Amino acid sequence: MNKLTTLFAGIFGCFAFAWVGMVLIPNEDLGHLAPVIQEDTGSSVPKADSGLIERGRRIYAANGCVYCHSQQIRPSDIEEGHNRGWGPRRTVPRDYLYENPPFLGTMRTGPDLTNIGHRQSSEEWHYKHLYMPWSVTPGSIMPSFSFLFEKRKIGGQPSSDALKMDAPYAALPGEEIVPTEDAKALVAYLKSRDCTYPLPEAPEK
Amino acid sequence: MSSVLESHSPVFTSPGHSPDEDRRERAAIDASCRTPVLYAFGSAICWLVLGSLFGLLASIKLHSPDDLTGHLSWFTFGRVRTAHMNIVTYGWSALAGVGVSIWLMARLCRTKLVAQSLIMLGITLWNIALIVGIFGILKGDMTSIKWLELPKYASPLLFAAFALSGIWVVYMFTQRQPGHVYVSQWYLILAFFSFPWVYGTAQLLLLMHPVQGSVFGLINFWYINNILSLFFTPIALAAAYYFIPKVIGKPIHSYHLAIVGFWTMAFFSNWAGMHHMIGGPAPAWMVTVSVVSSVLILIPVITVAINFHMTMEGSFEALRYSPTLRFVVFGAVAYTLASFQGVLMSFQGLNNVTHFTDYSIGHSHLGMYAFYTMVMFGSIYYIVPRLIQWEWPSAWLIRMHFWFTVLGSSLMIITLTTGGLIQGMGLNDEKVPFSAIIDSEALFRITRSFAGMAMLIGHLAFASVFALMLLKFGHRSTGATLLHREIPES
Repeated sequence: MNKLTTLFAGIFGCFAFAWVGMVLIPNEDLGHLAPVIQEDTGSSVPKADSGLIERGRRIYAANGCVYCHSQQIRPSDIEEGHNRGWGPRRTVPRDYLYENPPFLGTMRTGPDLTNIGHRQSSEEWHYKHLYMPWSVTPGSIMPSFSFLFEKRKIGGQPSSDALKMDAPYAALPGEEIVPTEDAKALVAYLKSRDCTYPLPEAPEK
Repeated sequence: MSSVLESHSPVFTSPGHSPDEDRRERAAIDASCRTPVLYAFGSAICWLVLGSLFGLLASIKLHSPDDLTGHLSWFTFGRVRTAHMNIVTYGWSALAGVGVSIWLMARLCRTKLVAQSLIMLGITLWNIALIVGIFGILKGDMTSIKWLELPKYASPLLFAAFALSGIWVVYMFTQRQPGHVYVSQWYLILAFFSFPWVYGTAQLLLLMHPVQGSVFGLINFWYINNILSLFFTPIALAAAYYFIPKVIGKPIHSYHLAIVGFWTMAFFSNWAGMHHMIGGPAPAWMVTVSVVSSVLILIPVITVAINFHMTMEGSFEALRYSPTLRFVVFGAVAYTLASFQGVLMSFQGLNNVTHFTDYSIGHSHLGMYAFYTMVMFGSIYYIVPRLIQWEWPSAWLIRMHFWFTVLGSSLMIITLTTGGLIQGMGLNDEKVPFSAIIDSEALFRITRSFAGMAMLIGHLAFASVFALMLLKFGHRSTGATLLHREIPES
């Protein structure tokens, strides 16, 4: 114990051994998974995200959504009763194939979002919710992401994508609230969250 | 009693040296450490105050999301809590740890610190990397990779800064005076081996050449576990192993027990990371290996606890007087509690309930605050007077620091733990509507903000007493600043 070399060799041994077991082997085992072809539809799952969805994923990351919303479903013996309808099956490594980083999350201050695209497909709902969470889910403690929207004077024709907010959140007369490109990307990302397809290693139960 | 509080204890007298020679040698070592270590502490304390402000803001946002800062993107919850977490981890905890480690290693190796200017450069670079990084997080550049949220342009700088300042801890060990190697030195070598290994792997595999999403989460949790249990924990244990015997003037109870504790920790902690993945998308064998390792970590925890307790046995009276001892012993007790709680949390039954709740945040605060941070406070109270030959100017401020942080952190941990259990039981019961869970948490979250305020007040007291100290406020004192006036004759 009194020589740096002995001490170093011991410490190095502990770290290297565990590094092989905890980093190297998992990466060999799971780091090269491929998507699976669905028998009935012929499409492959999971899907790689398109440009707009990928941009939405960056907005999701930039705002730290993962610190309140997990994107992982545990096995049914843990999350009894279909876990509030959050997902039909547990999520497995293959589900996160294309995700960099995967937003597994460690906190459910808000609901899990693994399948939010499947559970809530209304674009209008998502826009209203991001603009002012209270307007669609009273009592929510989610912050308003109104900075992803633009409030502007209506010049000529009102925009087709303007939000139809109810009082007290509606725009002032002569003004309108329209989503920015960032908001559109984020909603596209949220709508794309859907892991309800079956996988061989995790069939729907 | 007074002998108990003397800085110089017989245990550490070097063979063949007269007490005078020893004193001169120590003074020369302290002088060589002065500027870099004070710079590290000063920076760390600035980050601590800023980090507590962000923590308080994040806490308030969980009961009043838009009240304080309106709808400013920079101050939404996700960004503020991430800024808090990165500031207190990489600003306060890491820099305080580097400062304490440099001083401890120099003293224990009986060698003067070299390359002061490189270390100063390293700490400056560290501060710059963090300022840039935190700014990046608030502006919307965070990675959302847990514990590695600093934007890609800031984190490599942090690595370089660590290399510049941390390498000297290892270098001093190679230059040490012949003789006994102390327990604290092993732990420091472990910590300073660990950071480049763990942080380097994470930079490489998660940020530079990211692995596939299917293993990304596993390596992320491996990083979180290892940086906590193999970088921060050994630094604080090194400090506790040094300061407890030093302050009470007795040798550590058992050297052999310490060896067992050290190697079992170095071995098992490395395998424990996947207890964060119970029920998650991870291979079952990895989770099993980690749960088993987590339980086996009780071996080092219990040996360390026994060693500290047996050393303290008969000297508990000193807790009334010595600021260092109070903070360090509080931290050591929290270490045992946090470790036992960690083991319980790796059991399926409790984990099912607590996994996605505030309970985990309570656990983090028990580990990183009640244990690590409190030990760092105690260490700084010991080191700074030796660096500048001045005694702490106000026992009153130290007492305030102690009680506000003790009560604040205890209240915070208790509310998060109970609140987390209620939250977890609600989440697992489909019949409870989600909004009801949020309502049931409201009181706990408001209480947490008050706890955060208390901690902030404690930190302000600490920052004030540190600033007064640097200004050499007050009169030159003949003895250490004690927390209790009358010292019983003995």
